Amino acid sequence: MDPKRSTRRELLKGGALAVGTVAAGASVGKIAFAETPASGPAPSLPSYAANEAPMVPASEDVIAYGVRSHYVTSKRIPANGRASPDDFGLEFHIATPLQDSVGTIQASSLHYVATTKGSFIPDIDPAKHTLMINGLVDRPRIFTMADLKRFPSVSRFHFIECSGNSASDRNKTVQESHGLTSNAEWTGVLLSTLFKECGLQKNANWFVAESAEEIKGASTIPINKGMTDVIVAYGMNGEPLRPQQGFPVRLIVPGFEGIFNTKWLRHIKVVDQYQLNMNDFGHLRRDPKEAALGYQIGPKSVITFPSGGQKLPERGWYEITGLAWSGGGAVRKVEISTDGGKAWHAAQLKGTPNPMAHTRFGFMWNWEGGEHVILSRATDEIGQVQPTVEEVAKALGVAYTPKFRVPMNNNTIMPWKVARDGSVTNGLPPVPTGA
Amino acid sequence: MAPLRIVPVFLLLASAALAQTYGVGRAPTPAELAQDITISSTGVGLPPGHGTAAEGKVLFTQKNCVVCHGPDAVGGVTSAPNLQAKLGPEVDAWDRKGGGDGIPVKAPYATVVWDFIHRGMPLGNEGTLTPNEVYALTAYLFAINKIIPEDQVLDQNNLAKVKMPIGDEWVRVPDWRPKTPRLAGYPY
Repeated sequence: MDPKRSTRRELLKGGALAVGTVAAGASVGKIAFAETPASGPAPSLPSYAANEAPMVPASEDVIAYGVRSHYVTSKRIPANGRASPDDFGLEFHIATPLQDSVGTIQASSLHYVATTKGSFIPDIDPAKHTLMINGLVDRPRIFTMADLKRFPSVSRFHFIECSGNSASDRNKTVQESHGLTSNAEWTGVLLSTLFKECGLQKNANWFVAESAEEIKGASTIPINKGMTDVIVAYGMNGEPLRPQQGFPVRLIVPGFEGIFNTKWLRHIKVVDQYQLNMNDFGHLRRDPKEAALGYQIGPKSVITFPSGGQKLPERGWYEITGLAWSGGGAVRKVEISTDGGKAWHAAQLKGTPNPMAHTRFGFMWNWEGGEHVILSRATDEIGQVQPTVEEVAKALGVAYTPKFRVPMNNNTIMPWKVARDGSVTNGLPPVPTGA
Repeated sequence: MAPLRIVPVFLLLASAALAQTYGVGRAPTPAELAQDITISSTGVGLPPGHGTAAEGKVLFTQKNCVVCHGPDAVGGVTSAPNLQAKLGPEVDAWDRKGGGDGIPVKAPYATVVWDFIHRGMPLGNEGTLTPNEVYALTAYLFAINKIIPEDQVLDQNNLAKVKMPIGDEWVRVPDWRPKTPRLAGYPY
């Protein structure tokens, strides 16, 4: 053992005198002693030795890349109860542990994952990978990864959410009900910069983004979106994309459903007509209202604490906290109700809300031991408000029954029920069997 | 207000970006352009080739499609979809169950089915089918769903002309504009 460390440990184990010495040395001694009552028996000073953690030397791996504490065990889980690996023995959708999240970004290792049709993840050598842009452009181009990094870069916070991220009464935790959305800082070149480099032609109305995974999944996206804010991203949270997130390059289509955010991007074709490609099939609709709801994610929020499966240990003050986001822009307002929606209170937004990004909110609440249904409701900068399921049915001209399902992504208000013993459960009304 | 300060900076950046190209990147080679497998709904991009339902029926077994989609493409083996609509061709395509019941019937263009097989099938061996094999498998799926006669030869010239049951009765994606609600009159 390091002799210096041994010396310090001996000091700490030396009891009150040693503690006083160390504390004074750290300029906090006065605070500790100030709480000593003026009369009565002399209080025993806290034994720092009792709380002493073992000193663990860092391995080369820990020094090189770092690991989280072994006391932190938060994990992703297969989504929707579907086994992962799925029927094909391949990975499918994996949900992020929102109940443990703090701040606004998910660690890259915990970011939710979805794959197309359960395809395997390609192991791409970035030195050999290229992105081709062709079609209705004056100058078709091939870009290497090194080429992409020569263009002016942007770094922006954006959420991604799977359209299937829709809560049901069967979900026990917020990870099960809302875990298919995550937020990260994405770095790359704006697609508009690349389109300018290639020279869009007059009849360029759509672009098809194609992945290098085995099934070459492709999505059709409006050129307007491509010229507005789409990022060809190679960086995530300060390092290269992870393989599960599309290494070495992916599309970020801010605010659009997850499937448009094409991973392992290899090809963009500019076209004049809408092309219904493999990944577009799920958007095929007869009802214009439903079709319109299938691209941009609506205003949405969810309380992550206290949420399903958690327990308030005692009465008293707690910060109700959670995440809010919208595909329509930045979150402008989040409101909290602790009485099932009768009264609403403004929550504090943590930091500056970014457009099409998760925003953390908080609301201090003194729980006095009663039964409560707690809700959160987001409003975005263009005035869209997170609805109740009844409001969606009404707006779509459908009679509401518990069988009613919100078309496309379900952005309705999520209730959590706090019981008298402090335990928290899913507050959605049970859907009748056979529904 | 913060937005007022931000707007001019944004416009400056945007106009600088629009004003400039960087000369980075190179023109694709013919071999690289040949990797463009995109097919338009009118058939642009379809490679030459042809196939019949009879050939496709043989391939459906030979290429192991049956392993997931079942004999006669009726599904039920894995979570892979049933490709033969249980309901007859007279039933409205939109009245069929979810995504599972007869996906080829629900495609708005014949090219979509061709492209789907060409890109994504057989799972695990994608990209191994020849154009003729894709035309034949497409013909097989169309014939068992009574979309084309059993003896029709599908090729690059007539595929896009196949009349699909769903017809023109599906919704085009509405025009997208930034900072605009996704559906007019829908406040959520």
